Amino acid sequence: MKSFTGKTLRWEWRDGVIELTLERGPANEIGTAMLAELEQFVAAFPALIPETAACIISSNRKHGFSAGADLRELYHGAAQLSENERIAGVRTFIERIHAVFNAIDEAPFVTIAAVTGICFGGGFELALTCDIIIADAMARFAFPELRLGLIPGFGGIPRLKRDVGNAFMRDLLLTGRSVNAARAQVAGLVAQLAAEGETLRAARAAAAQTTKFDPITRAAAKRFIKPVPHDELRGEIDLFCELFARPTVMAALKKFVESTDAMPYLP
Amino acid sequence: MRTLQQTTQEVLDLASKHFHVPAGSLAPEDDFFKKLGIDSLQTLEMLSRLENHFGIELPDYEVQGVSDFRTLAERIQSRL
Repeated sequence: MKSFTGKTLRWEWRDGVIELTLERGPANEIGTAMLAELEQFVAAFPALIPETAACIISSNRKHGFSAGADLRELYHGAAQLSENERIAGVRTFIERIHAVFNAIDEAPFVTIAAVTGICFGGGFELALTCDIIIADAMARFAFPELRLGLIPGFGGIPRLKRDVGNAFMRDLLLTGRSVNAARAQVAGLVAQLAAEGETLRAARAAAAQTTKFDPITRAAAKRFIKPVPHDELRGEIDLFCELFARPTVMAALKKFVESTDAMPYLP
Repeated sequence: MRTLQQTTQEVLDLASKHFHVPAGSLAPEDDFFKKLGIDSLQTLEMLSRLENHFGIELPDYEVQGVSDFRTLAERIQSRL
């Protein structure tokens, strides 16, 4: 299969490059539907890898790359369950997310996140699985999870540690503030800046460049440069599930879902 | 260094230009949500434009609860 069109995303392989486009309205919230389609995407990797040099992940939603986990679905789904069922359900979901994100992180082809607009929470974590983040001036990155009584649960902490200094990481996580692309580049998170509206073009140029190189060497270099922190990722799952079990989390989710605040996306 | 008055005017000009509101129709005491018709995600867009324009970082928690241009300009001024 060299292309797929689903309800939340589509992807197409052409000339050695896969383009995965997230297109779930309003802001590519990552819930069960997108997870299922991402699982289908990574299931196609064995067939695609021999002919693929690069994969670009982008969004066609005007608000940006992704606002993160679908908190409304999470809250409404969890609210109907007993405490034990809720915790078990969340762990299952998180483990499935980790399996998908690990597959993208470990893919032997080059992965490029083309980011514009908001790249928050789980969306930020998806971008962090990629080898290269190209962002434009309107991109903003944030981990707002602490306001919900949680930590990033899709692998964000180990992957952020891999890319940036601890001081910057502490600021992001402990204040929940968002940073623009220029600041993210200074921190070492964003590799390239593009003009507004030019992110996908820049990602395509980078992807085309990677098709020139030997695939065995590329895969070996990538494994050497970017080890996947499996132990820490498993530790993050455990801590996330432990925190999720606290009553304050459901209360915070309820507050977010029911908020009429003018700025619900701000910390 | 800019005065607060200069900063405020630049904020109004930038908001007018990027959200397609007639130049001169915005006042410092205006509620930017109402006058610009923007939501929270567009507020973040405005934040990015302001940060890029003034060459500063303005943490979002500094604008939590702010809805008028004058107070926004004061927050920016404190980072210049």
